[in-house]
Amino acid sequence: MASIWEYANPVKFIRTSEMVLPWVSILATITLVVGLVWGFFFTPDDYRQGATVKIIYLHVPAALMAINVWFMMLVTSLIWLVRRHHVSALAAKAAAPVGIIMTVIALITGAIWGQPMWGTWWAWDPRLTSFLILFLFYLGYIALWEAIDNPDTAADLTSVLCLVGSVFAILSRYAVNFWNQGLHQGASLSLDKKENVADVFSTPLYICMVGFGLLFIALVFLRTRTEIHKRRTKALLARERLG
Amino acid sequence: MGYGRHMTLTVTDLTISRGGIPVLEGLNFRLDAGRALVLRGPNGVGKTTLLRTVAGLQPPVTGQITNPPESIAYAAHSDGLKATLTVAENLHFWADIFGTKGIDKALAGFDLEGLVDRPAGALSAGQKRRLGLARLLVSERSIWILDEPTVSLDVASVAMFADAVRAHLATGGSALIATHIDLGLDADVLDVGPFRAVPGSGSGDFDGLDEGFL
Amino acid sequence: MIALLSRDMKLAMRAGGGFGLGLAFFLIVTVLVPFGVGPESGLLSKIAPGILWLGALLACLLSLDRILALDWEDGSLDLLATSPLPMEAVVSVKALAHWITTGLPLTLAAPLFGLLLSLPEAGYKWLVISLILGTPALSVIGTFGAALTVGLKRGGLLLSLLVLPLYVPTLIFGAELARRGAVGLETTTPMLMLAGITAGTIALLPFASALVLRVNLR
Repeated sequence: MASIWEYANPVKFIRTSEMVLPWVSILATITLVVGLVWGFFFTPDDYRQGATVKIIYLHVPAALMAINVWFMMLVTSLIWLVRRHHVSALAAKAAAPVGIIMTVIALITGAIWGQPMWGTWWAWDPRLTSFLILFLFYLGYIALWEAIDNPDTAADLTSVLCLVGSVFAILSRYAVNFWNQGLHQGASLSLDKKENVADVFSTPLYICMVGFGLLFIALVFLRTRTEIHKRRTKALLARERLG
Repeated sequence: MGYGRHMTLTVTDLTISRGGIPVLEGLNFRLDAGRALVLRGPNGVGKTTLLRTVAGLQPPVTGQITNPPESIAYAAHSDGLKATLTVAENLHFWADIFGTKGIDKALAGFDLEGLVDRPAGALSAGQKRRLGLARLLVSERSIWILDEPTVSLDVASVAMFADAVRAHLATGGSALIATHIDLGLDADVLDVGPFRAVPGSGSGDFDGLDEGFL
Repeated sequence: MIALLSRDMKLAMRAGGGFGLGLAFFLIVTVLVPFGVGPESGLLSKIAPGILWLGALLACLLSLDRILALDWEDGSLDLLATSPLPMEAVVSVKALAHWITTGLPLTLAAPLFGLLLSLPEAGYKWLVISLILGTPALSVIGTFGAALTVGLKRGGLLLSLLVLPLYVPTLIFGAELARRGAVGLETTTPMLMLAGITAGTIALLPFASALVLRVNLR
């Protein structure tokens, strides 16, 4: 039996997610609390950066999720275009606001971290700039969903936008890299994580990453359920009108 | 000009939807060369959706539509006219797009010869409508799909239009027309009212529809 | 296809067609910049390539919603969809017509506006080359945006929101090429990248545009 596509059926998805959601939520809470508390209170201050380094436990997982959420949207968009499963399209729709929030968290925590480190809230570093562009892509994607009444049309158009946007996002990443090298010699504002993160910091960081991932899964389950309920309401209302 | 005998439009077990909701289901009809079929039914029942589906502008939910390739000319409420182009320029454009020559017959068919150099924007509503319908003749396609073609036409123009359809049928063409008025054509009539989709009772597979959420 | 191109050109040239609007906008942007940043010619000549590229891009953006919206309103798009022309050809021709009526005039006018911003002498050649290479991509990407938003009321602002992030790589490489040319730096890499983006979008994006346009027509 169990093909993965079974869960593409809205009813089946609602039933399964109802069982899974509480567990994912509990797990996400536990890992986030453990990871953040460990990270904030039970790691030593960095010899160079002092306590500011601890923002890493929000910054890095958020940045990681910001990119992964877009990737997940790309996959679900492709599934919608090829197999036309509504749940897939709705999951992409549900994920986008989570993704944009993650991007904003990454940008804001980055600015807060950057201020004491580099003496500036914002620099046109390639990585920072790429995230700003990613933010714009999320914004356009969400705006397109909001603008279209017919849900299937919206799903089709946003899926194609996600596909095309992905290609251009990668292009932008390369362009931005090229562009800033052209301006500044060397990477004096490099955000090279490998250099900064010593072993004492890395374990809670990994836990935080898992926590953010679980939080995202919980939120997407929740929001996809909401979207399915919304569609169901709409279908029922339409039936009332016709019948 | 003749289109041959094989120019048949067949619709089998068709279900169509509008905005994710099925509106008509179980439609079967056949339109042979030289025949006209008039669709009737109350407003909002799905006649326009049916015509757009047959014209290939939207996919059917279930069922088949078979017709020879590149045989359909579609005309709806808006005529696709450019206000700043003249009558002749508008028609020449569509003649070029459809790869046909000569707009004279179309001009004569809808009594537009006196207006050739007039910009389309300066025409009256009825004249615009006639120009829009003249495009059908220019396309030289055999199956006309017409959505309320007589809107804003006066009695004389309606007669002119009916003549054009009759001439089209006489040369082996066919027409599928949604209209509320009697055109005086020797046409079959299909009342789509009884085919209204009953929500939830779907005979077909509603996977691709909002019904899947019920 | 030629018929569609010549019709679109004719429509653009006639009254109310909007031809020249983009050019006028470009001029105004160029004139306003010195008011904003000051008249010092050293600074102006330094930022001139970037300003000219940005001005051309915004002027291009201004006319995007005309690419398909007018044909949508009067029903021409429905009729074109049922015509022998494949949708991919329709959107490609639309993009080409937009480039001829917008991108090409902007490219030709840019050196003139460069004078206003004291563009260095070496920069004129590279400004024109970069715009010639880059503006077709702007038109093709813009057509994709126009196809996405064609059925929407108040689609104009959304169109800008969708298209501007997609313009980032073209703008970066285009402006970089013009700037490097102006100060006599090596230009091969940005030129190849810009040409690559343009070639890639012309080859692939019409399929996406045609797909979304068909969805919007249903």
